[in-house]
Amino acid sequence: MDDLLSEFLTETSESLAVLDVELVKLEQNPEPKILSNIFRLVHTIKGTCGFLGLPRLEHVAHAGENVLGKFRDGELTVTPTAVTLILAAIDRIKMILSYIEQNEAEPEGDDKDLISQLNMMAEGKAVLTPEPEIEFEPVFTPPPQQAQPEPEPEPVFEPVAAAPVHAHEPEPEPVPEVRNVPSAPAPAPAGTPSSNAAVVPQGMVAGEAKESAVAAQTIRVNVELLENLMTLVSELVLTRNQLLQMVRGKDDSEFATPLQRLSHITTDLQEGVMKTRMQPIGNAWAKLPRIIRDLSVEMNKKIDLQMLGAETELDRQVLELIKDPLTHMVRNSADHGLEATEDRRRIGKPEVGKIVLNAYHEGGHIIIEIADDGRGLNIARIREKVVASGLASEGETEQMSDQQVAQYIFRAGFSTAEKVTSVSGRGVGMDVVRTNIEKIGGTIELKTQQGKGTSFIIKIPLTLAIVSALIVECGGERFAIPQISVLELVRTTANSEHGIEVINNAPVLRLRDRLLPLVSLRQLLRLGEEDGRTETFIVVTQVGTYTFGIIVDRVFDTEEIVVKPVAPILRHINMFSGNTILGDGSVIMILDPNGIAGSTGEISGGSRDAAEGAATRDLHAEDRQSMLVFRAGGDDLKAVPLALVARLEEIEVAEIEHSHGKPVVQYRGKLMPLVMINNEYAVRSEGRQPVLVFSDRERSMGLVVDEIVDIVEERLKVELSVDQAGLIGTAVIGGKATDMIDAGYYLTQAWGDWFGSPDQEYRKEAGLHKRILLVDDSPFFRNLLTPLLSVAGYDVIAVDSPDKALSLREAGDDFDAIISDIEMPGMNGFEFAHAVRSEGRWSHVPMVALSSHATEKDFERGREVGFNDYVAKFDRDALLQTLVQTLASKGAA
Amino acid sequence: MNQIVPSTSKRGSQELASTEDHEEFVTMFIEGQMFGIPVLMVQDVLGPQKITRIPLAPPEVAGSLNLRGRIVTAIGVRMRLRLKQRDGEKASEGMSVVVDMKGELYSLMVDSVGEVLSLPSAKFERNPPTLDPLWREFSNGIYRLEDKLLVVLDVPRLLDFTRAEVN
Repeated sequence: MDDLLSEFLTETSESLAVLDVELVKLEQNPEPKILSNIFRLVHTIKGTCGFLGLPRLEHVAHAGENVLGKFRDGELTVTPTAVTLILAAIDRIKMILSYIEQNEAEPEGDDKDLISQLNMMAEGKAVLTPEPEIEFEPVFTPPPQQAQPEPEPEPVFEPVAAAPVHAHEPEPEPVPEVRNVPSAPAPAPAGTPSSNAAVVPQGMVAGEAKESAVAAQTIRVNVELLENLMTLVSELVLTRNQLLQMVRGKDDSEFATPLQRLSHITTDLQEGVMKTRMQPIGNAWAKLPRIIRDLSVEMNKKIDLQMLGAETELDRQVLELIKDPLTHMVRNSADHGLEATEDRRRIGKPEVGKIVLNAYHEGGHIIIEIADDGRGLNIARIREKVVASGLASEGETEQMSDQQVAQYIFRAGFSTAEKVTSVSGRGVGMDVVRTNIEKIGGTIELKTQQGKGTSFIIKIPLTLAIVSALIVECGGERFAIPQISVLELVRTTANSEHGIEVINNAPVLRLRDRLLPLVSLRQLLRLGEEDGRTETFIVVTQVGTYTFGIIVDRVFDTEEIVVKPVAPILRHINMFSGNTILGDGSVIMILDPNGIAGSTGEISGGSRDAAEGAATRDLHAEDRQSMLVFRAGGDDLKAVPLALVARLEEIEVAEIEHSHGKPVVQYRGKLMPLVMINNEYAVRSEGRQPVLVFSDRERSMGLVVDEIVDIVEERLKVELSVDQAGLIGTAVIGGKATDMIDAGYYLTQAWGDWFGSPDQEYRKEAGLHKRILLVDDSPFFRNLLTPLLSVAGYDVIAVDSPDKALSLREAGDDFDAIISDIEMPGMNGFEFAHAVRSEGRWSHVPMVALSSHATEKDFERGREVGFNDYVAKFDRDALLQTLVQTLASKGAA
Repeated sequence: MNQIVPSTSKRGSQELASTEDHEEFVTMFIEGQMFGIPVLMVQDVLGPQKITRIPLAPPEVAGSLNLRGRIVTAIGVRMRLRLKQRDGEKASEGMSVVVDMKGELYSLMVDSVGEVLSLPSAKFERNPPTLDPLWREFSNGIYRLEDKLLVVLDVPRLLDFTRAEVN
């Protein structure tokens, strides 16, 4: 593009930005100085357009200038409607400019509509709804009373000018403020603590003179030039470091002193150049007065935007990145935070809502606070939303403090706004804000008080480009990992306690009772074959909430590196977030933990899935249950889970007595009925008979067997057989087909009421039995768990599918707790939990998940869908304990 | 209307500075074939460099190197032209021509770099249809010289890894 044109575009854009701010100030406080500034700017634009041959722009600017001229001459009063029209003209100019930027020519068409409106206004013919007028006086006194019949006077004082160009202010306070108080009827005086004395003419003139002096002290520099300068200085720093390194060894080198001097100068130079990249944060705030003004008009709210610390400087890059998040948050405050005027009046708050932006430096960071005195976050509604979305169970949210609950607004898609306005409410904002801020190494915190207001505090490191990184080596190549993602380093050797366990080609690490999925950097980056080294290092890395380990060959130290973006042809490789030049001049890639985490599914074997597979296989190792194998009534092998058996006894046949025709024996002071394996079975006539004793508190039952064969640890694989009383099915145990007996059946043989009859004697204090619903598709487990639970004193109803469970719900049954398997055909446990939680009478019933899978991911998933707890299937003790706890907390709730 | 004066050519553009009807090229050789790049595109000529491999990069990207503090992406032109790689000692020899493409620096790795030639446009010809289709993609045309042909390299096309290539 032609130089002249591009300069015109740059300058005019700047002027338009200033015009926005000035017009808003003018609307509030129609001072001649502001007006003449505005007039001058528009006049210049008009002139340049004519010079460059841009007629459309020229006409719009001309029409605007007309109106402004009338203001200046006092023939027209400055009203909000007039200002709105002028702002519309400014917007039209912006639009035409951006078209010109793209196409180097004006767009077709004209602006007759706008121009005629402007002209009509200039002639005083515009028919407007009666507006409160701001009287415009060419005399420098504080603005007079309003024309409206309002009781209170309007003691509004404005600082002279706080635009960045003006450096000298006749103010007592060191901090310049830019205030924007809309003029509509009766702002409360208390709401606007005025800090300045009356506007002084001399001060203004002095300000004027100083302004031109200051303007002359700045020059416009091409950004690319500054970047080049920055790069050269960085290279200088690196070379300086190398030299210092070399001299360090030799104590009495003649180079030492001059090098020291050189080093100081280099440091100063570096600091100076970095300062050139610093810009005042006011630049990011420049658009806000206009936005707030438009919003307050649109929503009929009175908003006072205070911007403190606008001159606080930060890196240009950082500024770019936080501009949008800041704007978003301010809009949120205006839209959702601040209440409508009448509401505020009713509650006794000042009618004018305040939004305060405050920026300052603190310890290597820049702190930006955004606070409003509106209604604060609706914690109750957030709680509801959290539970409804399944992000946490109700019990959990009740335990969280208000501040903790408030954090949920940072989740993606979260919005409690009842309707989505054009301003905000889509729920896509705060998570993006947090992500953007965290991307540059910053943090954001939030404090809220219902009815009082909300405040956000953003903390950003002062410089972006330099990052602390851990240098590692893998496959002969070095890489850098941003320090901020690194949690810890683990060194592993072949036989250390921190061994890498490889399961199906997927490595995992046992780290402090957690299973950490591992990624082999060598494999990920295809750096070559494993060289069978015994010692490796694992960089434990965290991305969001996901923690994993990166396997590398060596770890060097942490260095401060200058991040440079990768070449465009490499941008698609998401393992790398940039590259850098180390002190020794070599180029290394900077790893992106995000990208690495994302790719863990793609490694052959899928290390993450494999890790889970490993974890589950790990548990399956414990899935092996102890089975007691015996013979009774035949040569067939039979088995029963050892867990159910209380004792193995041998009783003297002679001691068997009979009661009601049934064999019993005196056992430990009580009568124990003996049960035969089947009706044909006959007890031995003499000698000792082995008996399997099953116990529950005071009651015991003895299952008579022929011989106890073995106790075998075996994984359960029960193949179902024909429904035969007393048998669950057949399994392969110890390599042989063995019948699994149904312990429950025999228990009921002995005591008809073994399971779940209210026994007041034992449970006087506990009151009613707790009713448990057990959902498991496997009859074996139902039979296994039902006795367990009954033995512990619960009323157990067992069903074989969630559908049956849900039909119980429809039927009106109630339970104190629900235990559900996860892996079930049809509806699985997660879906079942979701169904229970989302509606119906059981939504508050504690739910415990039972599974053979117990990885971190499963726990999380379980919690997400609403399970209160998660227990491994075979951990009988854990199950009982969990039930006690869960029911206790429910009882307490 | 006002006359807008054309600006002077910016760094790295494809414009050829021509004196009369001659154009200047930096010549280089790959596998005995002479290639040419417009002289204004060339920033630097380098000898053998220490190149850092970039994992997962396209195979034509040999790696990156440090040139006075700037990171330069090294492209193996041989690979790009689907020529066999050099083996043995020859693999570590070779020179590079550094070009600037939209603010990024690239170093084109060739066997050797020759001199700058000023070639008359009369000798310029379109690519013959018999030319290997891949070479035709990366070449703007050829110059007929006394005893050899110079293939003009289309550098932007050479560095454009996003377009699908002719089989």
